Amino acid sequence: MPDLGQYAGPVLAAYGVGILLLAVLTGLSLTRSSVAKKQLQDLEDRRRKNG
Amino acid sequence: MSLWEYANPNRFMRLTDKVLPYLVVVTALFMGVGLFWGFFLTPDDYKQGSTVKIIFLHVPAAMMAINIWVMMLVTSLVWLIRRHHVSALAAKAAAPIGITMTLIALFTGAIWGQPMWGTYWAWDPRLTSFMILFVFYLGYIALWAAIEDPDTAGDLTSILCLVGSVFALLSRYAVNFWNQGLHQGASLSLDKEEHVDSAFSTPLYVCIIGFVLFFITLVLLRTRTEIRLRRASALLARERQG
Repeated sequence: MPDLGQYAGPVLAAYGVGILLLAVLTGLSLTRSSVAKKQLQDLEDRRRKNG
Repeated sequence: MSLWEYANPNRFMRLTDKVLPYLVVVTALFMGVGLFWGFFLTPDDYKQGSTVKIIFLHVPAAMMAINIWVMMLVTSLVWLIRRHHVSALAAKAAAPIGITMTLIALFTGAIWGQPMWGTYWAWDPRLTSFMILFVFYLGYIALWAAIEDPDTAGDLTSILCLVGSVFALLSRYAVNFWNQGLHQGASLSLDKEEHVDSAFSTPLYVCIIGFVLFFITLVLLRTRTEIRLRRASALLARERQG
């Protein structure tokens, strides 16, 4: 850990907020992607079964 | 081979399926190296102290916030002129990434501003135009969510995107138009004069490449999701019709 001196609070807060926002965006995108993939797969399977 | 061939959803899905795994690795590499270098290996600035490390998040996020809107403008124009569904869906997929980048730029800027300017916020031209850009992103996302017919949603959001482009460009050039604001001039520019020491500019370039790759990876993933959701809703509609 580098010595951030008197500005340790702002620097850590900025990195915390920035990385958290990037992680939430990535997590939501991956979750939505897998939900959409499963939904489409189920519909296509049902369509194949029903002819 | 024409670029327009990738406007075909099947071709787009096949190509991105091959490209995405490589993009994920390269993105993680650039983001990881850039942020590690910026946070752990750069010295303190003689004026800003350790707060200079915030630029490795703030500058790339601010650049992306503006450039993502420009990308949305281009894809919206392609939708309006050539009616390629993939381009409308790519614009829709990019907006949540753009608003996240705008939020990161606003938050990190405010956190940096308190110790350096003595305030979290000032109605400075660049800060204000960025706040307006954030509101435009919100409006754009809300408009897509509010309209059921996807083609109508594509048309109306494209028009909103054209209007919002004025503020995206204003955000980019605000520091050049008005010099009475608190915000300093551009940290990186194409002129020969050096504004930032190479101890900071080299890791900053690595971070910028990382953020660009992060956007490309995520926008491809999210466009694939939108294409799948569009297909699913078409299949559901067909089922309902019998």
